[in-house]
Amino acid sequence: MIRMETIIREGTPKTPFVRFDGEKGLVEIRGRSIPENSVEFYKPLIDWLEKYGNTPLGETNVNIQLEYFNTSSSKCILDIFKKLELIHKKGNNVEVNWYYEEDDEDMFEAGEDYQSIINIPFKMIEMEE
Amino acid sequence: MRFDIQEWYIQKQQEGETILDFQGDVTSEVISGLLNTIELDLDTLCVDRLKLKKKVYHVFVECLQNLFHHSDVPPLDSNYGTIKKFGSIILAKEGAFFRITTGNFVIKEKQRLLKDRIDQLNSLTDDEIKILYRDILKNESFSKKGGGGLGMLDIVRKTGNKLDYFFYGYNDSHLFFTLDIYIS
Repeated sequence: MIRMETIIREGTPKTPFVRFDGEKGLVEIRGRSIPENSVEFYKPLIDWLEKYGNTPLGETNVNIQLEYFNTSSSKCILDIFKKLELIHKKGNNVEVNWYYEEDDEDMFEAGEDYQSIINIPFKMIEMEE
Repeated sequence: MRFDIQEWYIQKQQEGETILDFQGDVTSEVISGLLNTIELDLDTLCVDRLKLKKKVYHVFVECLQNLFHHSDVPPLDSNYGTIKKFGSIILAKEGAFFRITTGNFVIKEKQRLLKDRIDQLNSLTDDEIKILYRDILKNESFSKKGGGGLGMLDIVRKTGNKLDYFFYGYNDSHLFFTLDIYIS
């Protein structure tokens, strides 16, 4: 099996912390995603998932904990979910944990938006302030 | 006499209590600087109102990025001809509302499309806005800029308020497009 390189990106004021770990089957995005050019930021992550999708682990855990994201990131995040949906469709377990802060209805609704489009198990997790 | 952008800007600065204003080249660095400042301001203004703070910040981000991606280059015969992404933005407090005002050049050909688009958004109910948002998000035909028209839609969805806009004639080829967004 090809070992996937782990991607770790530290968060910046405009881009989130990212950890894509192929050995653990872990996909994590946390923080803010408000870059002007989100395609540039997300393309390598989407490419990584495409490769990972060739030989995925039986179980992939996805943790998304975003404080803010702009509309230009929203499509890229959807692309990430689409890659994960493909992995799920092939019979592998994929579970998305969508974290949102207590009372943050907008972030809760954003999770619902993706849940309505993507066919993978979605868990909405409220975090206390 | 052509539309006076400075006069408009000064007048807007005097409406309500201005928290932050900027006029000039909306570069990536400028956006970072403004976001940093607004966050500190909002922390003071929205103590115990985290939800409102998040909304204002979010809409401010979208407004700046709309200016960054969609402003047209100013006409050469204006005072701003050398500024590539010329834009104006003001955050103000008006009674119970926060107001974000933006202004930028658009070429005349875009007026109809932009006007129709905003009028359509202003005519929809909250539920229709939500459905449209999901439809566009699902749609593959996004521009390279990433937005695909979600920016304005997102602003209407987040604020629940209508967009107040105006096109001021500037010269034969350009208009000055202004937007007032209210958040409460």
